[in-house]
Amino acid sequence: MLTINRIAFRFLSAAAIGALAFSSTASADAVVKWLHVESNPAFVKVWQDIVDKYQAEHPGVKIEMQFLENEAFKAKLPTLLQSSDAPDFFYSWGGGVLKQQQATGALKDITEAMNADGGAWLKTYNPAAVKGLTFDGKMSAVPFKMSTVSFFYNKENFTTAGVDAAGIKTWDDFLGAVKKLKDAGITPIAGGGGEKWPIHFYWSYLVMRNAGQQGFDEIKTGEGDGFLAPAAIKAGEQLAELGKLEPFQQGYLGSTWPQALGVFGDGKAAMILGFDTTEANQRKNAGDGKGLASDNIGRFEFPVVEGAAGAATDTLGGINGWAVTAKAPPETLDFLAYLTGIESERLMAKAGQILPAVAGAEDSVTDPLMHQSAEQLARSTWHQNFFDQELGPSVGRVVNDVSVAIVSGQMSSEEGAQMIQDAIEMEKM
Amino acid sequence: MTNFSAATAAGPVAEARPSARRKSPTVRGRLPVLVLFLPPALLLFTIFVILPMGEAAFYSLYRWDGYGLPTQFVGLRNFEVLFKNSAFLTALKNNFLIIVVSLIFQIPLALWLATMLATRIKGVVFFRLIFFLPYVLADVAAGLIWRFVYDGDYGLFAAIAGLLGVETPYVLADKDLAIYAVLAVIVWKYFGFHMMLFIAGLQSLDRSVLEAAEIDGATGWQRFRFVTLPLLSSTLRLSVFFAVVGSLQLFDMIMPLTGGGPFNSTQTMVTFLYNFGVTRMQVGLGSAVGVVLFVICVTLAFSYKRIFMRND
Repeated sequence: MLTINRIAFRFLSAAAIGALAFSSTASADAVVKWLHVESNPAFVKVWQDIVDKYQAEHPGVKIEMQFLENEAFKAKLPTLLQSSDAPDFFYSWGGGVLKQQQATGALKDITEAMNADGGAWLKTYNPAAVKGLTFDGKMSAVPFKMSTVSFFYNKENFTTAGVDAAGIKTWDDFLGAVKKLKDAGITPIAGGGGEKWPIHFYWSYLVMRNAGQQGFDEIKTGEGDGFLAPAAIKAGEQLAELGKLEPFQQGYLGSTWPQALGVFGDGKAAMILGFDTTEANQRKNAGDGKGLASDNIGRFEFPVVEGAAGAATDTLGGINGWAVTAKAPPETLDFLAYLTGIESERLMAKAGQILPAVAGAEDSVTDPLMHQSAEQLARSTWHQNFFDQELGPSVGRVVNDVSVAIVSGQMSSEEGAQMIQDAIEMEKM
Repeated sequence: MTNFSAATAAGPVAEARPSARRKSPTVRGRLPVLVLFLPPALLLFTIFVILPMGEAAFYSLYRWDGYGLPTQFVGLRNFEVLFKNSAFLTALKNNFLIIVVSLIFQIPLALWLATMLATRIKGVVFFRLIFFLPYVLADVAAGLIWRFVYDGDYGLFAAIAGLLGVETPYVLADKDLAIYAVLAVIVWKYFGFHMMLFIAGLQSLDRSVLEAAEIDGATGWQRFRFVTLPLLSSTLRLSVFFAVVGSLQLFDMIMPLTGGGPFNSTQTMVTFLYNFGVTRMQVGLGSAVGVVLFVICVTLAFSYKRIFMRND
């Protein structure tokens, strides 16, 4: 099946090259193909405006935007990258996935361009973003944005159940809040178990809180017991404990992430562990298209585990960039510098789309909830990339599988940790 | 171009040897046709079937993420890993289950409807169309439609449960129920196709045999069991063959419905290949699934043709 696809791709792409060669003689336009996963029309509009402006300033350059849904994007990318139909630049979550793509030569090495003129371009970005996108001293992606994962809650629900969000500091506090909400007849959490990765946030954060930065580095590099380390096992047990309270909406194991956001937006669950853009996205996915009112949504940081190594200021989230493919035309970098320049990033920050990766653009984040996220990020003592990206595509997916299996009681914490460790051993094989 | 010149070159050579022409006029008559028509088909078949098959077999011996060329030879390890993977074993079991359900529910249902719709009664064309409609629908569209039907919050199931005042079942989120929900959609989707096969088969039956049986006093069931069914057996065998092969290829409908979840309970071999081979960038493992699937398909197809369809 796969090979048939590959061959078909070669044929199609050969045809595409032919067509391109033909069209380029007709006009001198350079076409830059941009593949993204942004599904919110309001945010795409912001980009479209930036594109229009850029195109007006640069006649002869045409930016083509292509959209793929998140899951479809991840599934299609490996094949796409090897075809001649590959986009010129695409959305990346960094981590092991980007590292692997870079190692295979599918991407352009932009280190030199970044460091030209004494690193004039490089210096415009937040060092944490640059660090997260650099592997073996080389860069293939232009920093774009950062994100943090934290809890968002429905203030009305919390008041009804008598829960004080400010009082949720430890994991036990959190479990207490879940119980109180349940007792009040309110579904505590909206979860997207069908896509699995929304649930892996819980496991990831718990591992971080239990192990701390140094501990996690040891786990990741396989020092000692790797993922069988006590801190990781403890995290799984705590996740199972949460699962036993049945905190999620009915049928969450089949729900996608947009559906989970919709559940929260419709007021059918009191909390959601999500990205900094949750407020805008719950609105979009709510049944009535309006969702919860802004002043009805509160936010709190993932609780700490009492007595464990992880700090309350450690954050889990994304470091996102635009990965440039090997065959991208030179205009791609120029456009990317523009797209991630302070002016464009300010526009996006103001629209509530991103926490900017450009240093000095944070002040444009006007939305109060997003501003809180930006502040948390600024205070971050350790910003960890999403586990399913950090650990690479195959181990990452196992982490997602295991997280859902543990929370739903299908698998014990030890079994889950063993499965992840097995997947890592297989990688090393 | 080379084919064409070879064909024209072959002409005068054959012309120059009249003895050869006398020996086998059929070969001479067929030769241009062969030379003209075989290469394109052979070429396409080689490029799209033979070559990928060989490639898959080759990749299955490597640990490879799909980028560049495979370099890490692992022998049969991919197959070892595969048969130890519980999700793959579930997929195998599900494929088998789909075949069984096709045989026990789908084909009898199709046959029953066909016997009613093969006669010339009023409105028969309308009903044929209705029953055939699901088959015309694209698999992905059917999957999406049924995802909404099964949806526990806003779907048809939720509405029905609401009317009855019972708790909504979230069938696609339940690892024990999901596969049955998927099976129901499969039966719904494909029975129309089998029904059409049977209608065509029934209409080509010799009516006089049935009339003779009727005159001899055979009951309706006897006529069906001892006359219609034996005469229809070649269509029936073909129908079963399609059901078996179709079940092994099942993919597009599962993806929008469940994506193989929850907990891999609705994986088929092809969705397993996609979920574990393609999305996890384990092309070696994926190729191994492809090889296993190929072997199963070929073995089934050939032995079935050998044993059951020898005379068709």
